[in-house]
Amino acid sequence: MKRFAGFIRKEFYHIFRDTRSLFILFGMPIAQVLLFGFAITNEINNVDVAFFDKSKDATTQEIINKISASKYFTNKQMITNDAEIEPVFQKGSVKAVLVFEKDFSEKLTKENKTYVQIITDATDPNTSNTINSYLNSILQNYQLEINKDIKAPFQINSETRNVYNPELKSVFTFVPGVMTVILMLVSAMMTSISITREKELGTMEILLVSPLKPFQVILGKVFPYIFLSVINAIVIVLMSIFIFKMPVEGSLFLLGFESVLFIINALSLGILISTISSTQQTAMMISLMGLMLPVILLSGFIFPIASMASPLQVISHIIPAKWFIIIIKAIMLKGVGLSFIWKETLIILSMTLFFIIVSIKKYKIRLE
Amino acid sequence: MSISVKNISKSFKDVTAVNDVSFEVKEGELFGLIGPDGAGKTTIFRILTTLLFADKGTATVANFDVIEDYKEIRNNVGYMPGRFSLYQDLTVEENLTFFATIFGTTIEENYDLIKDIYIQIEPFKKRRAGQLSGGMKQKLALSCALIHKPKVLFLDEPTTGVDPVSRKEFWEMLKRLQKKGITILVSTPYMDEAALCDRIALIQDGKILQIDDPKEIVKHFPTTIYDIKADNIYKLLVALKEYKHSYSVYPFGEFVHYTDKRDAIDTKELTLFLKDKGLNNIIIQPTETTIEDTFMELAK
Repeated sequence: MKRFAGFIRKEFYHIFRDTRSLFILFGMPIAQVLLFGFAITNEINNVDVAFFDKSKDATTQEIINKISASKYFTNKQMITNDAEIEPVFQKGSVKAVLVFEKDFSEKLTKENKTYVQIITDATDPNTSNTINSYLNSILQNYQLEINKDIKAPFQINSETRNVYNPELKSVFTFVPGVMTVILMLVSAMMTSISITREKELGTMEILLVSPLKPFQVILGKVFPYIFLSVINAIVIVLMSIFIFKMPVEGSLFLLGFESVLFIINALSLGILISTISSTQQTAMMISLMGLMLPVILLSGFIFPIASMASPLQVISHIIPAKWFIIIIKAIMLKGVGLSFIWKETLIILSMTLFFIIVSIKKYKIRLE
Repeated sequence: MSISVKNISKSFKDVTAVNDVSFEVKEGELFGLIGPDGAGKTTIFRILTTLLFADKGTATVANFDVIEDYKEIRNNVGYMPGRFSLYQDLTVEENLTFFATIFGTTIEENYDLIKDIYIQIEPFKKRRAGQLSGGMKQKLALSCALIHKPKVLFLDEPTTGVDPVSRKEFWEMLKRLQKKGITILVSTPYMDEAALCDRIALIQDGKILQIDDPKEIVKHFPTTIYDIKADNIYKLLVALKEYKHSYSVYPFGEFVHYTDKRDAIDTKELTLFLKDKGLNNIIIQPTETTIEDTFMELAK
């Protein structure tokens, strides 16, 4: 036991004396959460739009006011002729231009029909789509308002309610994703690097020719990172609660348990990587290419799994991160208990056991 | 026997690193494996320290079999690999404490064993190992390998890349350790260090050429060696190789070492021959055989 404690102390020396890895360990989670939380979102807020009002009557003025008053759009400028439209897009000063046709109000009352043209900057198709639908819904609302008194003979009224994330905040989906990526990166990459470093420096040779048992070496390597990863998980959850007002509907204890399980899963993957790579460089490349990319791209963190090509959907099943994201979302947003996520938990648990067994089988007590 | 190696062979893919090697090291002996880089020294060390399996043959260390009793061996030997294998980001003291702890002991417990060595680096105990000079690193590595009072000490090229003064000191330390009853197996590419061992094995291309007391090895040299010097060493080498009685010619420090096919050489005749070749300031004198000469002869 004393031997083991001595080994762990040494590992902490390594971690705290290597300022670069310390920075990765603690700086990156904070930076990533803030980045994903504030900068990278699917929502639109205060999008600049321009109006080209050819009729300048009461109705168009009212619509313009409605749009500008919404929190989604800002009236950037008024355009007075067709030739100006192209330049404002080219300058990038607005994302959309609304063109009201001549005699807008008059046509509306006399012919019951009038046109407004929405031109959007589709260099970013997603944003352009969203802007489009937001503008349309504002117009639709207005239309309903002026038709209040007239009762249409047949009507289907849809009433939407977004459960679990009523405001459709994208940060709610990013936080679980970022947490997964960070835990995966810190746990798997850092352990695999720290084990291969011993191989590279030749200190592994001495450790092997010592009474330390292989599992003591491995556990000693892993233990500090469990500790650090748990701290990271706590920091991320606290940030999401206090900065992004993300709810934790379910039990914090369950969240903690699942996080530790996932951390152990990632650590065992790290050990597995270190058993197949002999240099820090290889370990890092395998961690980055083999873990980070799938975790970011195939786990449902950024791209929904349901819309992936079917081979990719199959691959996504073997990515532990996918299951963990489902679990945290379920606990934090839906507030479910273990009885709803036992299947996912079991999958992560069995993957962990698999990784551990393979790494023990592959761990070399000799040099070859 | 402290170390016993019987008919050990080991190949890596198509390269035979160790080829049917056998030797024995007595308890308390300072035994040297002497050979150039790539001779197979490190492979032998790794087989004996249970890091590699031999393809053929058996070996025991401190009467434990290297394959079956590898755990016992790992408890009872000290190993200092060729590459500097300490933690560069840990201080001198932390390194030593770490190795003491993993072997289940403390610095205080075995301080008397490492005292002579450690006392020289103790003033720098708060310094990181990565910032030590080559000589000090070796002393620290040796202290770490000794901290658990091993029965057998394996030192793989401990003096490679170390300055001459530190090398001398290092060997003096080994001599003192030997007096404390520790068996030491040391490898080195430096022939001058060979003379400091009790017995040496000359090794090349995975084969042992000869095993004996360093003094005895030199005695077996069949003929007299001459130091020859002239104003142009390169021309001298070429000329001597053309000489009809020449047996072996190779540069050795400021001289060229020359042996003749005959028992004794005719100095006058050789001088004339060399003068004919355009060489001046010729000196020819008999010299003492060194281990390097023996090695060159055996390796032919």
